[in-house]
Amino acid sequence: MAELGTSVAENVAVVGRESRRPRVVHVRLFGDRLFNLITLVLGSLILLLLLGFGIALLIDALPALRKFGPAFLISTDWDPVNDVYGALPFIWGTTVSSAIALILAVPLSLGVALCLSELAPDSLSRRLGFLVDLLAAIPSVVYGLWAIFVLGPWVRDYVEHFLGTYFGFLPIFAGPKVAVGMFSAGVVLAIMVIPYISSVCTDVFRVVPQTQREAAIALGATKWEMVRMAVLPYGLSGIIGAIILGLGRALGETIAVAMVIGNAPNISLSLFAPAATLASVIANEFAEATSDLYVSSLIALGLVLLGLGIVLNVVARLLVAAVARQRFDSGG
Amino acid sequence: MAGATFKESNYALRKFKSDFMMTITVSATVITLIPLFLVLGYLLFKGATSLNWAFFTHMPAPVGEKGGGMANAIVGTLFVVGIACLIGVPIGIGAGLFLAEHRNHRFADAVRFSADVMMGVPSIVVGIFAYAVIVHPMGRFSTLAGSFALAIIMVPLVTRTTEEMIILVPHELREASLALGVPQWKTSLSVIVRTALSGIATGVILAIARIAGETAPLLFTAFGNHFWTTSLVQPIATLPVQVYTYAISPFPDWQRQAWAGALTLTGIVLALELGVRWVTAGQARTAR
Repeated sequence: MAELGTSVAENVAVVGRESRRPRVVHVRLFGDRLFNLITLVLGSLILLLLLGFGIALLIDALPALRKFGPAFLISTDWDPVNDVYGALPFIWGTTVSSAIALILAVPLSLGVALCLSELAPDSLSRRLGFLVDLLAAIPSVVYGLWAIFVLGPWVRDYVEHFLGTYFGFLPIFAGPKVAVGMFSAGVVLAIMVIPYISSVCTDVFRVVPQTQREAAIALGATKWEMVRMAVLPYGLSGIIGAIILGLGRALGETIAVAMVIGNAPNISLSLFAPAATLASVIANEFAEATSDLYVSSLIALGLVLLGLGIVLNVVARLLVAAVARQRFDSGG
Repeated sequence: MAGATFKESNYALRKFKSDFMMTITVSATVITLIPLFLVLGYLLFKGATSLNWAFFTHMPAPVGEKGGGMANAIVGTLFVVGIACLIGVPIGIGAGLFLAEHRNHRFADAVRFSADVMMGVPSIVVGIFAYAVIVHPMGRFSTLAGSFALAIIMVPLVTRTTEEMIILVPHELREASLALGVPQWKTSLSVIVRTALSGIATGVILAIARIAGETAPLLFTAFGNHFWTTSLVQPIATLPVQVYTYAISPFPDWQRQAWAGALTLTGIVLALELGVRWVTAGQARTAR
């Protein structure tokens, strides 16, 4: 505790000593110490909670991990009836649905961010930014509901029909077209992660020093050349960080995906087929899991998800922080 | 970036390319906003036609029976979120104070980092955690478990906004208070926190808006209930879970109610978000 006391606490002690009322000083220091202790405990609680996540999930996942070993991660069997579990169909589903989401969301997010930071005047940029933020405020279950009744059928009738007709020779666009499947889930996910990626990218572009842009313009660059030469390279690690943050969101997004992905523990090359993700299978089966091994296997999936979430977040935050530091170093 | 890169001769082409790319960024923004208006439009259209007084005042009707509402789920959501606030807000503000008072301490850096990482932990994982530490030992789904899960989601959000808001309080204010002989803890609570209070309240309300729409962590903590509950240790109905259950049900009547529930839920969440922005924007204007 003592080394955590700030210089402010020491000042109080000095002031108190000089006022020659040592008893009062003592009482004050006790109050300060208690206050510091309480905030320290509450602060540590966050750290402990994060550790607690890992420990609690690990303990509960242990029966499944012990039974199946590392093969749990590469086994494709998910058979509650015979109590055999493997995570691969869900790792596949999570990877592919997130990939679809990022392929759709990244170009759009970059476009939005560039439009907001380079093109739109300040007042318009604030309003548009606010609208994009609203996309993030809509609850996940509402996206799911909309996707079931509106987006899914539309994707099936138009997008999947088009892709199937003209690109059906590719295995990923082959097969029957359905409203609830991997592709619909990917589209909903894209809509849901765009606000996260674009808002971080906008922030990253805004910290690019103005002098950098002026230099490019002074050399005769057009607006796009300025963006390509002065803005994008400067913010590159921040952009990658934003994409990874978006990926973290996409991996963990649960309810909307659970509602439209079709929930089939299959690995299919066709993007139109029903699938399931780590998060969606937990949401769908957890409350109904009957055997202990079943519950334990679902918690093991949660552990995989937690691990992925933590790793992606740490990497993304380090990258985004690097952009801010770069700016600090250059004194801009 | 040599000057030779930019040739005067093909200026027209370069200008065209530039305008083309800028048009693309504008279209990207328009395309991104289309789903927003579509979702809100459908919500208003489908929700308003399904919404009636019974929805707010009646209990869920059994399958096949017409009518019924989500009164218990609406009250349940307020109840679960309220208790989540009782748990989460003091922890969040306390931890935020800790971070602000020990800005450059290594342990504070670790706490700040874990708060940031915690924000990125999928909410369903938080649900499993609440299941493992509360539902499993207690042997049943409960209000408490649901509130606990939501509180965990709330804590890092409140912590980080509290920290940001306290840092904005001018240092002179703290020095003035300390110079008058006010103890450090009292300075923090009645001078610093009070000055930052509106900002902290904003953070808390935004956190409430975030957790009010959460569904995944409630599926196997609060679980759901077709009756009234105000017990802490019984399963309880919540609006998001009810909307989820009704949306994936095969009954048109339930699906209609899901739209009404979604409209109500989105209304609550957006009212909180817009209210906060409206108030803070007003403050920014008067400050200028």
